Amino acid sequence: MHEIYNFVSGPLVWISFIIFIGGSIYRLVSMGLLAKKKDTVIYAYFSPKYALRSIFHWIIPFGSVNMRKHPVMTLVAFSFHICLIAVPLFLFAHIILWKESWNISWWFLSDATADFMALIVIGSCIFFLVRRIVLPEVKYLTTVSDYVILAIVAAPFITGFWTYHQFFGYKVMGIIHILSGEIMLAAIPFTRLSHMFFFPVTRGYMGSEFGSVRQAKDW
Amino acid sequence: MFDAGSWDWDTGRRLISDTHQWKDMFDWIEEPYVSPDGEKIASVVRKEEGEYSICQNGTAWEKTFDKVWYLKFTPDNRLTALVSDMGEWTVAVDGNVWDNTFDFVWDTRFGPDGQNIIVAAQKGMKYFVAMSDIPWDNEFSTLSNLIISRDGKRAAIVVQTVPLKEGEIFKFQEGCYSVAVDGKTWEKNFVNVWDMDFSHDGMHVAAEVRTTLYDYTIAVDGVPWDQSYSSVWRPKFSPKDGSVSAPVRIGGNWTLVRDGKPFWNRSFGQLWHHMYSPDGEKVAAIVAPKYGRWTMAVDGNSWKLTFGDLVTDAVFSPDGSKLACIGKEDGKWTIAVNGKPWQEKFDMAWQPVFSPDSRRVAAKVEKKGRYTIVIDGRPLKETFAAVWDPVFSPDGDKIMIRAIEDKSDPGEYYRHIIPVTDITG
Amino acid sequence: MAQAASKIIKTEIYDEGIEKGIERLTQQRIDQVINHVLKNEVGARLKTYVDTCVHCGLCSEACHFYLSYDNDPAFSPAGKVKQTIWEILKRKGNVDAEFIKRARLIASTECNLCRRCAMYCPFGIDVAYLMSIVRRICHLLGVTPKYQQDTVHSHAATLNQMWVKEDEYIDSLMWQEEEAQDEIPNLRIPLEKEGAEIFYSVIAPEPKFRAQLIYQTAVLMNVAGVDWTMPATPGWDNSDMCMFSGDIEMMGRLKKAHFETAMRLKVKRIVMGECGHAFRSVYDVGNRWLLWKWPPIPVTHAVEFYYELFNEGKVSVAQKYDKTVTFQDPCNISRGRGLHEMGRYLARTLCTEFIEMHPNREHNLCCCAGGGVINCGPPFKMKRILGNRAKAEQLFAVKARGAETIIAPCHNCHGGLDDIVHHYGLGMEIKFLGDIIYDCIEKPV
Repeated sequence: MHEIYNFVSGPLVWISFIIFIGGSIYRLVSMGLLAKKKDTVIYAYFSPKYALRSIFHWIIPFGSVNMRKHPVMTLVAFSFHICLIAVPLFLFAHIILWKESWNISWWFLSDATADFMALIVIGSCIFFLVRRIVLPEVKYLTTVSDYVILAIVAAPFITGFWTYHQFFGYKVMGIIHILSGEIMLAAIPFTRLSHMFFFPVTRGYMGSEFGSVRQAKDW
Repeated sequence: MFDAGSWDWDTGRRLISDTHQWKDMFDWIEEPYVSPDGEKIASVVRKEEGEYSICQNGTAWEKTFDKVWYLKFTPDNRLTALVSDMGEWTVAVDGNVWDNTFDFVWDTRFGPDGQNIIVAAQKGMKYFVAMSDIPWDNEFSTLSNLIISRDGKRAAIVVQTVPLKEGEIFKFQEGCYSVAVDGKTWEKNFVNVWDMDFSHDGMHVAAEVRTTLYDYTIAVDGVPWDQSYSSVWRPKFSPKDGSVSAPVRIGGNWTLVRDGKPFWNRSFGQLWHHMYSPDGEKVAAIVAPKYGRWTMAVDGNSWKLTFGDLVTDAVFSPDGSKLACIGKEDGKWTIAVNGKPWQEKFDMAWQPVFSPDSRRVAAKVEKKGRYTIVIDGRPLKETFAAVWDPVFSPDGDKIMIRAIEDKSDPGEYYRHIIPVTDITG
Repeated sequence: MAQAASKIIKTEIYDEGIEKGIERLTQQRIDQVINHVLKNEVGARLKTYVDTCVHCGLCSEACHFYLSYDNDPAFSPAGKVKQTIWEILKRKGNVDAEFIKRARLIASTECNLCRRCAMYCPFGIDVAYLMSIVRRICHLLGVTPKYQQDTVHSHAATLNQMWVKEDEYIDSLMWQEEEAQDEIPNLRIPLEKEGAEIFYSVIAPEPKFRAQLIYQTAVLMNVAGVDWTMPATPGWDNSDMCMFSGDIEMMGRLKKAHFETAMRLKVKRIVMGECGHAFRSVYDVGNRWLLWKWPPIPVTHAVEFYYELFNEGKVSVAQKYDKTVTFQDPCNISRGRGLHEMGRYLARTLCTEFIEMHPNREHNLCCCAGGGVINCGPPFKMKRILGNRAKAEQLFAVKARGAETIIAPCHNCHGGLDDIVHHYGLGMEIKFLGDIIYDCIEKPV
């Protein structure tokens, strides 16, 4: 058990970060090069001003018409994404690990807050799951991979919550927590989770086309 | 070629006609046209209600018509127009009409000596070409893309050879179009035929064709090349050896091929309007070396200078040593010669004109609604209400400025002959 | 109801172009074409869009087909991508002829390429672009609705949309000039006037059977004292169904002819009539294929041109149009060029009472005729009309508030709205801005 822990909290962390960072760079660079070769229009019409204008409207809650049409979804989606990023970055327990390994640290969330935010992530995942099953237009688009991705995202939070509260078998769960976090990191560049770094590109490109060429709003 | 040597090249300014006075004579005066030698200025005018004619140098043609349009001077300074009377159309030349009449007539063309006058014509819903008042024997259900040989003696046109009803899409794809040269149709039909070129001796015709919806190639005298491409642009005959070259699209880029085989060893994002130097030694083309940038390439090597908006109207000097074109960047037009742009920018520029000795290049330009002539980048001090393309004297020492002035009496049309050095210094 | 509506569009519609097209297909040809397109013609955009879509379904309500067919998910933008591009990628192009048929129907008769969904997708995924890829594949496979293919053939043979012969076009301009001279004796439609300020370009239906629009424009140009011309050569037509069928090589040929005509005439700009799709082709799409980043000669849509004339006082209103109007924002000039405010300025200037329909401006619903859909012809007419019940509801709502006339500055919108108005019994009038301008402006007596 200890060996497994050492492995997942040692080499596997390295591996997952390397896959995450390296993979993300690879995806962005290879896509950029492919675009240069086959989609020159992206570079020709990309406008930082209009890209940012569009991105800005889409990262502000209720900043677009469609967000206002789906208030619950908007609320859940924003809470989910904020918590999804904030909890792992600012969790006290994670910062301790950074401190121990690299002697660096930064601001952290109180445990109670982080706990609540983890619940938001878990709750959001349940919301997304229900949405996928219940709403016909979402169900129609859903594939097995969508459930798998949802599970990959939910797992670190469920297991983290479990471990923190020291529920039954929390030691094993702790290992699963680390492992699931690593799986999620490694999965980002190579699954639809890559929307994390493609969002600014696709939104920015569409914002540029709408802004500089079509002189219209895209939100 | 017409003999510009016989024109009046004495230095000085001569009033040809005060078009302003025409206003007292007619209540309808259209934009004026000027003869190549500068001696004549003419407009469509209305003499009476519903009676149109042409006023040339202040005198109207005797004949009047229901409709007059498409004024064009021949290279030998005769004035042609397309005219209709009682619903019948024909060609009028210096006030005389052709014997033949048509239900419609359009697209007047001339050879370099101006002797032959060629038009596309329709009568009784049959289409044909008429050359100097002689209609072709063969008629067609439709035609397009008229071209004439370099000596002006032959004509070729795209014709429909197989009747086709609207909606017959599969029949269309079997090929219903071909080319008629002097009325005689090629044996082979194509899905489409577009732009064409006559060989320099006038004996052959090359055409852009499509043999299926997807296979574009060049057909010479009705025989398509073995190779096909995803698209092609207008072919050209070499003046030197009679070979045919054309821009073709391969793998999403454009290159130049000759007789179906590779010609230029590089490709461009776009390549069109290729042209041979008069001796046939060089080939130039308008190219886009990258997205949204335009320039000229000579024998496959592009200029460093590029323009963002467009490049057009390229022309070789008579000796082939210089290449000039119009370029436009950020809405402003200029002329570039051998990769170097003129400093000044204009609101519009016309195709540059080389002197016969190839030393000088001049062009008509427009700035804020005023027109002038620029030689080698130096503008004439005067500007005009209207000006026509400059003409160099045969020895290249003088230049003819055909212009309408509006300083004293708006509308005076003058013919100026000035030494080129007056402008260039 | 849901089933009934969906059933109509899913039951067999016979189209000779599609049926005979798929008869000629071989598996080898399908593989070859799809792999050619995927390998050589598309790249990062397709890949990124497919990898980025999180299947959230938030694009659904952007689509008038989805709304009109009772929220049938098969009509949601992503639903159409799922049935076409995703399958093609998943099966690496190994799809059968029936699949190609269904793909052509989805991409060409169930999507107007209106780009509304790009404004509803959080990632800005351009579903219209993805549907264009499907159309491109189907074109290369020779599977195109008959009416559209015939139009594309007309474009190829005549460089205009309606088989108008070279002389017929000139003749109809002269005819309109003559007609208009009865009203304004010195009126002229200047042909081939080199160096004019403006080249006025139209779509072929205008000289073919809506010649009064040319008449009206001629009156406006003459009243406003505009220095304009129209060419007497092919290249006069700005329309482009090739862009919509997937024949992009022909699209390029058309736009080259159009712009080179403008260059030859030495005009400062091209002003075009009230047509949306042609504007998209000239302003945004066709020029790109030819490598002109922007139109080499600037292009002004009629709405913007009218706006200039009124705003600069070159024409004035004699008496306002006295029926209550609403304004249909055509996709290709609102989402496509942001002209909606100018359109409203004109509606308010020309009419006594203007009221908005909702949604409006960039968010307006497509007429369901655009994107080449109406051009697919009679076999698909009912599918198109039922596919825009949402537009009928939008119009009923604005009618309930008093609107009698719909101003639609786009030919396709006219066709689409006309069918909707008739089918749903809306009893509303549809007008071009040019119609109202002609009726309302001060003219020399």
